[in-house]
Amino acid sequence: MSDPIPWLILLPLLWGLLSFLLGARRGDQVAVVCLVIQLALVALLVGQVVSEGRQYYAVGGWGAPLGINLHVDGLASVMLLLTHVVILPLGIYARYYFSHDVKGVGYFWPMLGFMSAAINTLFMSDDIFNIYVTIELLGLAAVGLVGIAGNTESILAAIRYLLVTLLGSGVYLAGVALIYGSYGSVSLTVLEPLIENEVSVAVFLAAILMLVGLLLKTALFPFHFWLPSAHGGALTPVSALLSALVIKASFYLILRMWLGVYAPLATIPTAQLLGGLGAVAILWGSVMAFNQTRLKMLIAYSTVAQIGYFFLLFPLITEVGSGAAEIAMQGGVIQLVAHALAKAAMFAASGVMILSMGKDNIALLSGISSRLPLTLFTFALAGVTLMGLPPTGGFIAKWLMVSSAVISGQWIWVVVMILGGLLSAGYVFKVLRQALLPAAAEMKFRPVNPPLEWPAFLLAFMSLSLSFVSGNVLNILGAG
Amino acid sequence: MTGTLIYACVGAVLFVCGVTGLILLPHLLRKVLAFNIMGSGIFLMLVGLGQHDNISDPIPQAMVLTGIVVAVAATALALAFVRRLFYLTGKAQSVANLKSLDQTEEKLITMERNKEGDASK
Amino acid sequence: MSMKSLLNTLVIIFSATLGATLIWAILELPLSNHIHLSGQVLAQLDTTGVRHPTTAVLLNFRGFDTLLEVMVLLLALLGVLDQTKKCTQKNLSISIRLTQSYFQTLVWSARVLVPVMVLVAGYLLAVGEYQPGGAFQAAAVLAAAGVLLNLSGLFPSWRELSWGFRAGCIFGLLLFLLIAAITLFLSPGVLLQYPITLAGMFILIIEAGLTLSLGLILAGFFLLLSDEVNNKEVDE
Repeated sequence: MSDPIPWLILLPLLWGLLSFLLGARRGDQVAVVCLVIQLALVALLVGQVVSEGRQYYAVGGWGAPLGINLHVDGLASVMLLLTHVVILPLGIYARYYFSHDVKGVGYFWPMLGFMSAAINTLFMSDDIFNIYVTIELLGLAAVGLVGIAGNTESILAAIRYLLVTLLGSGVYLAGVALIYGSYGSVSLTVLEPLIENEVSVAVFLAAILMLVGLLLKTALFPFHFWLPSAHGGALTPVSALLSALVIKASFYLILRMWLGVYAPLATIPTAQLLGGLGAVAILWGSVMAFNQTRLKMLIAYSTVAQIGYFFLLFPLITEVGSGAAEIAMQGGVIQLVAHALAKAAMFAASGVMILSMGKDNIALLSGISSRLPLTLFTFALAGVTLMGLPPTGGFIAKWLMVSSAVISGQWIWVVVMILGGLLSAGYVFKVLRQALLPAAAEMKFRPVNPPLEWPAFLLAFMSLSLSFVSGNVLNILGAG
Repeated sequence: MTGTLIYACVGAVLFVCGVTGLILLPHLLRKVLAFNIMGSGIFLMLVGLGQHDNISDPIPQAMVLTGIVVAVAATALALAFVRRLFYLTGKAQSVANLKSLDQTEEKLITMERNKEGDASK
Repeated sequence: MSMKSLLNTLVIIFSATLGATLIWAILELPLSNHIHLSGQVLAQLDTTGVRHPTTAVLLNFRGFDTLLEVMVLLLALLGVLDQTKKCTQKNLSISIRLTQSYFQTLVWSARVLVPVMVLVAGYLLAVGEYQPGGAFQAAAVLAAAGVLLNLSGLFPSWRELSWGFRAGCIFGLLLFLLIAAITLFLSPGVLLQYPITLAGMFILIIEAGLTLSLGLILAGFFLLLSDEVNNKEVDE
């Protein structure tokens, strides 16, 4: 009973099933209560990891390679904590959001439950086939959520997203087949020493297939083509969940396999290639974001750009001094956390503004500053985090990553990061400038349910105050 | 080459055919079928690679059973979306070329907006 | 050569290379480090509560995968439900189909076959313990019976799931989840670790529940989508 790991999987599945039983448009209260309990469970688990170190759990009592193992290290703890810190305010936000759009809810709540269970299991799983099941569960939940909106635009986006996610997990599973064929095991812990000893064609190909499959899901340039329409076309609470969390899940898997099981294959050219694609993503995504006329599409392209920063991590941690690698890793993880909080806040704030405007159009924003000052402040705070200005978490992240790049002498990434920061300032100020203009005479803003503004502000506030607790986050990261 | 590896090789061919079809075929139903061919290829690889020395290994068989169930679920979801798209637009096409896809999307979206506009009048 | 055909050619060349590399990798597979799990499965089979190795893997050794996988099925049903309730469907009129002469044959054969299919499903469920079979196969046969009834006009298509159907769909899943939670309170308190004496019973309960619920869910995939859907434009 004292072990929180199994409950973090069973509880979301349970409330997912119960809210389905309650029917469409129901289940919000159950969901929010259970999300609070899950947050407490995660806090308990993180406490255990910090005090006792890495946690292991053998589901079914068999242990690898016969059964499935779960394990929670520092990185997994940070990701679990981040997930719950983001998903709870978004759950509350969604509750009030759907009070404006009662018909639109559909089966949002049960899908959220399954998504939560899938993410929790994904972060903890130590078994590449079990991970396959979780990414399918996560992917189908995400696609189903995009489809809830139900108009042509979102259905086209959902179909494209579905096909990409199925292709991605199919390619990943082909890699799993090769690994099982080579070693007869799918446990990461069992595989790690085996792969270190010999690298055959099959293992090399498996690594490439699994990497490409996960890159498709992470939407790194040039695989980003599905992201803007899916994240921009979904209902706002869904956009926030997808941009803040779902993308991070597949990135986490890449990072984990890069540092763990496939470390013998993680060479400088591959790292440089990933970093290069990341750099292109930053530049391309930022420019495209600036050119958008719709607010949510702007934020979605900003996600394309921010994904690029995550991939700058690979050249900074591969075959450089251990000091530089550690600093880069810390910066990368803070960047993940800061982006998740800021992007969730930004989408949530944009949702409030769009509800008030009645239409998603940046040109109509003028006058919103007097109408929704708190929400605009939220948007600005999140924007400052994305730019990486002090005193936000984004600043700490970029500072650490730039320092690491300087130590390992990789100046090109320093230039990319600074340029990326300037470009993100461009698209954030484009929105703020329009919002601060006086309202057009004929523009009528609709009233918005006031509690809708607070979860978004809370998220943005957390992204700001991350800089004051970043030491604690790094403490958790270093624990396992 | 042992006899059982022939299954894995056929699986690899099916997998590649499925991936190609999924990327290139314009009609969405064909894409869904291509996904299923891709899936079958992967399952054949899993089972074929698991059978060493002619002893069948139950672990990949159970994995394939799991995979089949996931594929069925994904197919059902995809068909529901395609049907919904057909209901909204009368088309079930997707265009591989990205540029023309965006144009098609824009056209479809404006079509829908016009319709919504008509309905509200 | 146009841009599009160039792209197509590139994709085909890429795929052919991938296929060739895959086959090369398969033929060059290293087997020196291979762990033989089948031996371990057979060695532990007595403690799993079932006698068929694949069933043992599916519901005991890797039962956790199965728990998540049935949730994937329900999740797809949620997606399907969200997409169907927004369409105004035109029911294929059963009476029109019934007037066709060949249709009588279908109705007749459905009436004969469906009871047999239910029996077969029960048989598949029961034999899963010691030979190929089990919940998924049984559920597929049950769902096929539902499809046959629907196609022969004896059973209407579904629009929205009523409370009872929803309860039926999650019954087996909830039972599985409940047993997973119960294992946390039994000694030694590990998720999905069944005590040896109860393992057989637990697995049978899970499989029976899953047969019913998965049968309903799989049938739902067809029955929710089987109505004719008209494009709005054509309709108006």
